[in-house]
Amino acid sequence: MTVETPRVKTITLELQDWPGHRAGQHVDVRLTAPDGYQTERSYSIASAPEDAYVSLTVERLDDGEVSPYLVDELRPGDELELRGPVGGYFAWDEQSGGPLFLVAGGSGLAPFRSMLRHHRASGSSVPVRLLCSARSLELLIYREELRKLAADDLVEVSITLTRDAPDDWQGYRGRIDPMLLSTTAWPVTEDPLTYICGPTAFVETAAAGLVALGHDPGRIRTERFGGTGR
Amino acid sequence: MAVSRGFVGRRPAESSRVPPGQYVTRDFPVLSAGPTPYTPLDKWDFMIRGLVNRPVSWSWQAFRALPHEKVTVDIHCVTKWTKLDTTWSGVSLDTLLDAAPTQASHALAFCDGGYTTNVPLADLRGGKAWIVDEYDGQPLDPEHGGPARLLVPHLYFWKSAKWIRGLELRAADQPGFWEMFGYHNYGDPWKEQRYQGD
Repeated sequence: MTVETPRVKTITLELQDWPGHRAGQHVDVRLTAPDGYQTERSYSIASAPEDAYVSLTVERLDDGEVSPYLVDELRPGDELELRGPVGGYFAWDEQSGGPLFLVAGGSGLAPFRSMLRHHRASGSSVPVRLLCSARSLELLIYREELRKLAADDLVEVSITLTRDAPDDWQGYRGRIDPMLLSTTAWPVTEDPLTYICGPTAFVETAAAGLVALGHDPGRIRTERFGGTGR
Repeated sequence: MAVSRGFVGRRPAESSRVPPGQYVTRDFPVLSAGPTPYTPLDKWDFMIRGLVNRPVSWSWQAFRALPHEKVTVDIHCVTKWTKLDTTWSGVSLDTLLDAAPTQASHALAFCDGGYTTNVPLADLRGGKAWIVDEYDGQPLDPEHGGPARLLVPHLYFWKSAKWIRGLELRAADQPGFWEMFGYHNYGDPWKEQRYQGD
């Protein structure tokens, strides 16, 4: 298990009979209590199809039922019951094409780690731009890996910090808005393929912003988590 | 079935109303495959086409003038949340389908943004389904499918298509969007028909 931030852990699983997955798909995790009570939640797969192990990045939700267990209680050696992989639309491989624009809010980065690792492992020639939004540098998951990814000529990484930024911060500041989207997205004329993952309000802002800039709604795929806050 | 070490879990208070594998949420999560479309009401219509003598359509004004029912139902999303006692207002599909006599057995709902979902016609009749345009006494938010969405609460909620613009009536079933991406063709939450093969 890797601690990403105080609330987020990446869990690495050794699976029996895993059929393989496409980058961007998710799994259902099922927990069973001693009296037989069961509950399930879905988590994006954060590892590439080529990786030796399947990993999930889980953010603890204070009022959650499964995420506090996975983040606080689960220990190395414990067993988890999984179902999947699930979902075929929010998935990317070379045939899906590009150029690719990935937009992540918070732990919405998880499926993109899978896509970016797959992009590298498969030797893809598709150019990628990644825009991630985090509250602060400390709360940005996969920091080290993002730094290494940014060294790849085909991958351009943009980060915006919405709450706290170090004094010497070279990246963007503030929440995503049309200006930031137009700066970091591919031009409309490139007909990019865009994936957006994050909390609902973040995804709504990003998707509506790109459509307003003239991007084809049919080339924008979204994955939202959480409610509308009411 | 292996017990998850150290897992206690919460049990829903009204478990008889919560299908297997679901949890109760008070929030209203949003799940959509793409951007939220914003169709101006003067460009909106609802159409029944396909296996009918002639297609029937209602403008927004005509639709608003149809008799509306207030319905309070529980809704169940395939991503595991269940929301109890949601209150909607809309037009019964019995009312709409009465205007379009048909021999069809299935309907494919079509929507702004390109989404589709398939439902047997029998599941849309008999007071089981509505085209709703209000939630909780307010116009339906675009995020939740406004101006109007399908409401088929006895099936998983992806069948309750957002941003609906009409039904194509068909003699044969045709899988819709999620149904082609590995989700169950029918989607009964009480039988946990989440994915193909369930």
